[in-house]
Amino acid sequence: MSSEPFFELKLARRIGETQIELNAVSHAPLTALVGPSGAGKTTTLNCIAGLLKPERGRIVVGGRVLFDSALKIDLPPEKRRVGYVFQQGRLFPHLNVAANLAYGEKLHGAEERWITQGEVVDFLGIGHLLERMPVTLSGGEARRVAIGRALLSAPKFLLMDEPLTSLDAARGEEILRVVERIRDELALPVLYVSHDMAEVERLTDSVIRLEA
Amino acid sequence: MLLSASEWAIVALSLKVSLVAMAATLPVAYTLAWLLARKRFPGILLLDALVHLPLVVPPVVTGWLLLILFGRNGPVGSFLEDHLGIVLVFRWTGAALAAAVMALPLMVRAIRLSIENVDHRLEEAARTLGARPLHAFLTVTLPLSVPGILAGCVLGFARSIGEFGATITFASNIPGETRTLPLAIYTGLQMPGGEVMVTRLALISVGLSIAALVSSEWLVRRSGAKLGQGGGHVL
Repeated sequence: MSSEPFFELKLARRIGETQIELNAVSHAPLTALVGPSGAGKTTTLNCIAGLLKPERGRIVVGGRVLFDSALKIDLPPEKRRVGYVFQQGRLFPHLNVAANLAYGEKLHGAEERWITQGEVVDFLGIGHLLERMPVTLSGGEARRVAIGRALLSAPKFLLMDEPLTSLDAARGEEILRVVERIRDELALPVLYVSHDMAEVERLTDSVIRLEA
Repeated sequence: MLLSASEWAIVALSLKVSLVAMAATLPVAYTLAWLLARKRFPGILLLDALVHLPLVVPPVVTGWLLLILFGRNGPVGSFLEDHLGIVLVFRWTGAALAAAVMALPLMVRAIRLSIENVDHRLEEAARTLGARPLHAFLTVTLPLSVPGILAGCVLGFARSIGEFGATITFASNIPGETRTLPLAIYTGLQMPGGEVMVTRLALISVGLSIAALVSSEWLVRRSGAKLGQGGGHVL
């Protein structure tokens, strides 16, 4: 194992009544971030993605420094090369599935991209959805398209925020298999947020805990 | 109903004044609506109040304020005339300015509402996908606020077509130059035997307003249906 950790997460951020203090290093490519609701899991992801600014700390993913309050480094979200799969898919409602998938792809040069739209479509089994508008998709379909959109934006790591939320057991199982294949086949660091320990134990034994 | 040449000229002038007023106001209205919807800064309440001023003060007062600012001796008016050779007062462009100022609050309100309805988290999603703020705005916020732009334009257009007080105060009632539909109707009422013309012009202005409102309703519904608003699940 290389000495370079996949995730180095040191951050402090107050949000409402909750003070988040995180100090964790993970050498596993798929790392889970767990904690009860209200513990600040999504806030932590937003800090890593650059959507929120920690009061202080240092965030390094795969050797790239994304944020360091001491060094005054604070990359904007579009420079962090993050594939963020939001809890609610947040697909663009005015674009069809193909245009949603292409959104981030078009913003990156060929030398940055490591997967094609065809490969993503096959990987996720969403070829029959390309012409559809997001509003017509089922929950599981929308979740897969959101994962595909993130993969196509040439990310160097993924953030997945409870991707099984509000899916039934069968759809959840499908998404879980996709996450396993991302872990096993794509060699992409993933930070996976969940409050379900059974789900987490199946994916990884590298767990970061946030206490409420 | 066939229009006489002079009636056509009045309708054409009204349309020209209103369309130019819309085209000139839209970028201003959108910028103001975006600031009010998305930004928090000191003085935002004052800006909000200023934008809404033409909605609440008597139009005659708005016209008088325009005269003070944009008249040939006013600070803005003299600057425009000296440096750009533009004179607004007593010209059709002045009527367009008066219409634009009166329409501005209605347009800002409609557009602001639709910008506030655009989920800010979609803009965040665009940023994480690699979009810089301007690109995220142009590809997400702007297209999703199109229903408000349409609604605002139609409301503003209808308001411009009907504009009277500020226009007659600032641009006066000059046939062929600033005598728009409402001013022509007013003039007809002052003339003996003007009833027929008044009736015809009044019917035209009612028709124009109804056409504007119906087309706005249709456009908003169509764009709403495309986005699947009012149904479906959370995305």
